[in-house]
Amino acid sequence: MIGNPWFSWSWVTENSDLLATRTGQHVGLTLEAVAIAALIAVPLALLVVRRRRLAAAFVGVAAVLYTVPSLALFAILAPLLGIGRTPVLIGLVLYALLVILRQTLAGLQSVDPAVLDAARGIGYGPVQITVRVRLPAALPAVVSGLRLATVSTVALVTVGVVVGYGGLGQLMFEGFRNNFFRAEISAATLACLLLAFVLDVALWGAGRALTPWTRRRGA
Amino acid sequence: MSAGAGDVVQEALRYLNDPLVWTQPGGVLDLTGQHLLMTLAAVGIATAVALPLGAWLGHSGRGSGLVVAVSNTSRALPTLAIILLLATAGLFGNTATVIAAAIFAVPVLLAGAYDGVRGADPAARDAARGLGLSSARVLWQVEVPLAVPLVAAGVRTAVVQVVATIPLAALAGGGGLGQIVAFGMGTQRYGQVLAGGVLVAALCLVIDGVLAAAQRAVTPRPLRAVRALR
Repeated sequence: MIGNPWFSWSWVTENSDLLATRTGQHVGLTLEAVAIAALIAVPLALLVVRRRRLAAAFVGVAAVLYTVPSLALFAILAPLLGIGRTPVLIGLVLYALLVILRQTLAGLQSVDPAVLDAARGIGYGPVQITVRVRLPAALPAVVSGLRLATVSTVALVTVGVVVGYGGLGQLMFEGFRNNFFRAEISAATLACLLLAFVLDVALWGAGRALTPWTRRRGA
Repeated sequence: MSAGAGDVVQEALRYLNDPLVWTQPGGVLDLTGQHLLMTLAAVGIATAVALPLGAWLGHSGRGSGLVVAVSNTSRALPTLAIILLLATAGLFGNTATVIAAAIFAVPVLLAGAYDGVRGADPAARDAARGLGLSSARVLWQVEVPLAVPLVAAGVRTAVVQVVATIPLAALAGGGGLGQIVAFGMGTQRYGQVLAGGVLVAALCLVIDGVLAAAQRAVTPRPLRAVRALR
């Protein structure tokens, strides 16, 4: 027995291929899930924002769905869709969608009524108001929704292990079954945290670049 | 998809309809009881640590950076990793599960207590000071009662999150309803996996509903407009 260190750099260098493969899976799944979710959630929010009761209903359903734990959702989807990547992806899309939808709606609804009045006053129709006034005003909220969704998705992917497709979570579980080999679990954990951090910073930067006007007011 | 979705659903229904599945030792009822006991223990530990700390930080106005950092990091930290690492440290099964679930409940409760106390109306705080109340009594008699809605929202979120976290521990040999899913996957009985998923989801939804009612009951009427923030 060579011992069971909490972290081993030599394990990381010797298994860099494996780490890279799993990280690639993890990143791919995360980005695909968040992208699909955003493509559904943002237009949906734009469609329902002016119908308050419909919007409230969507947020209500989202809150109930969000209460369903990821493990349960994967366990329900996997037997129906087949074991592997698909059920994990769909589960992740659902959770990310709920987060982005809620944040986007909140952003769209928080636009200053005086600004909306002014837009109406200069002759903007409902569509123009939504696209040219509400959407830019809600961009910071959309970006914060994307960041929240991305960071939680990175963590959620690991739960995919239950149905056999968990990216870095796969390494954690392998390490556990391989005589509780800590170095593998901790390396995968650190990779996960690092990944969440990198993606979060990237989205933060993108958000800053997209909304230059928020900086002038020193927000 | 070899068996077909219909067959899996049939199998799941057959599983859930078998009385023995529910009543045998280690059956659904036993596992649900275990699940709830572990939840109680984890939330109890987390509450004992987080509520006093959050209230004190909120009262003194210190540590807002700490509270934010803790809650952000905990969002990115995979629960599975903590459970597995605790297991490799010799903490197996239910003890490890309770500790891991408690660790993840702390940030939620901390944020609730901190925001609640911090957000107490400054006028009420000033009035209490003007009456000559000591710092401790300001906290206990003014800020804490005003913090109840946010603390209650935090407790509800924390409990539901713990109920949702415990099933993961089944992967590391822990108890609770997650066992049904883990065993089902291990033995390739996908109907059982589906049934286990439905049971875990149902437990979460029921508990969330019960706590929503409780949250309403403990929140004084004028404060009910305050929305729970996740």
